Amino acid sequence: MDLYKSAAHELHEKLIKKEISSVELTENIYKRIDQVDGDVKAYVTLDKENALAQASKVDKMIAAGETIAPLAGIPGAIKDNISTKGLRTTCSSKMLENFVPIYDAHVIQKLRADETIFLGKTNMDEFAMGSTTETSYFPTTHNPWNLERVPGGSSGGSAAAIVAGEAIWALGSDTGGSIRQPASFTGCVGIKPTYGRVSRYGCVAFASSLDQIGPITRDVTDAATVLNTICGVCTMDSTSLNEEVPDFTKALKTDVKGLRIGVPKEYYAAGLDPKVDGVLKKALADYEAMGAEIVDISLPHTEYAVITYYIIAPAEASANLARFDGVRYGYRNMKATSAPEMTTASRTEGFGDEVKRRIMLGTYVLSSGYYDAYYLKAMQVRTLIRQDFENAFEQCDVLLTPTSPVVAYPIDGKMDPLAIYLLDVCTIPVNLAGLPGISIPAGFVDGMPVGMQLIGKVLDEETVLRAAYAFEQSHEYHKVMAPLGGK
Amino acid sequence: MKVTAKEVKHIANLSRLTVPDSEMEKFTEQFNQILNYADILQKLDTKGIEPTPYVLPISNVLREDIAVEGVSHEEALSNAPDVQNGGFKVPRVIE
Repeated sequence: MDLYKSAAHELHEKLIKKEISSVELTENIYKRIDQVDGDVKAYVTLDKENALAQASKVDKMIAAGETIAPLAGIPGAIKDNISTKGLRTTCSSKMLENFVPIYDAHVIQKLRADETIFLGKTNMDEFAMGSTTETSYFPTTHNPWNLERVPGGSSGGSAAAIVAGEAIWALGSDTGGSIRQPASFTGCVGIKPTYGRVSRYGCVAFASSLDQIGPITRDVTDAATVLNTICGVCTMDSTSLNEEVPDFTKALKTDVKGLRIGVPKEYYAAGLDPKVDGVLKKALADYEAMGAEIVDISLPHTEYAVITYYIIAPAEASANLARFDGVRYGYRNMKATSAPEMTTASRTEGFGDEVKRRIMLGTYVLSSGYYDAYYLKAMQVRTLIRQDFENAFEQCDVLLTPTSPVVAYPIDGKMDPLAIYLLDVCTIPVNLAGLPGISIPAGFVDGMPVGMQLIGKVLDEETVLRAAYAFEQSHEYHKVMAPLGGK
Repeated sequence: MKVTAKEVKHIANLSRLTVPDSEMEKFTEQFNQILNYADILQKLDTKGIEPTPYVLPISNVLREDIAVEGVSHEEALSNAPDVQNGGFKVPRVIE
């Protein structure tokens, strides 16, 4: 049986009805990984022995008649910037190639408590800096819809694993679109929760005011299920919110009558692939037919969002990545004869070009003489971008935009950094404003998936999920598996 | 041009990084491309606008002063590149 094609909520039913065992399921997924990961390269590290031991434990719980959590015994994949105790966590960097965490991230603690299964760690852009997985120190991940194309990034490994049948659910992290954009490029579901919904404890810090962990899954129901487990306050992250976590699966309703969907014109501007635009216009018409109200919106400061992000995120990264000094953990140049020389040599050899570029950009915009012109200015523009959204949400309940202005592009490294940065235009503002955003499959252009993004108010994941679920259930896109060259 | 190769070298030094001479031209060009693009921010008048460093109203989070188990010595050293007598060993710091 091809269990790898199923969603977590379907497999949970099969497990509790004893139609399948968790060991059988887990072995089925590893078999699939053996079969396709040579082409896809979604994983950096596998943990088969521990995964199968955990599966066997869950099977015994089921046999003993215990009630199990919705993700118990269901194998998932973890982005390799999320700490897993005893299991190598590399951030796809030479700097952390041999780093074995001594503690679990808060989300991993919660998932372990639910007796879930971790298949392994997935590939990403180095330190989550990139949109393609091409900046990974390890081989680039390939898009299962077309192996010559990028899977998106930075959580490209997690997204590719989902659509290739190499994991049932996955975790990613999203600083400027790193969950939503790969979900869009590979045709799966990815949600970035409200900033603070999920603890960042144990997620290797990139830009602390923007980073957020979230699910990447086959359908909206699974996204809600994973959210239920990972959300909640944590004493180790002072920015995690002490807010009640609702049962997100209760928000999954197909009724969108009267829902006000805002269409911000700035997201449908020059640069948007006309065919992608066509897919979104069709989605809007579908929503209208389902009884939703479409509202024209303007978010006037959208054009400033990309550069605002590329000042703030590198500034925070330059401070966060200062910890990699070759002393306590991480790569060290062993030939240097003085400590300062050792630190500079270790960082120069341990980091790739994109990471270096961002550390230096961040150092520059924070340096004396440039702080006001760049960093302070960017933080002020961030206020204007936030206010745009606040104003918009007085007129609508949720915003509908492209996730990316384009579909997945070829793996050829031909684009310069700024051209790639500019493609993040639809996802970045959501991080700057701390809002929840989901990407779900909305159709295809030239055989490649197109994602649509739904953005909600602060802490209103429920409306986002409801709108996403209603669309998903009236279409079949979440049931289509990537062709993977016929495998 | 916003920054010269000499300034990029200085920024690299502040960042504890080295840019090899062979890549300096490309690095400087990409750096300037991004900084030139940042000029669009100057179109905006932001006088009097409060900056947003964090989107949430952040305040200090306090807890009771109770001793809890911390990281063990062995764990703390477990990823160290070089260890001597239970400490992190580094090359000479002062000549």
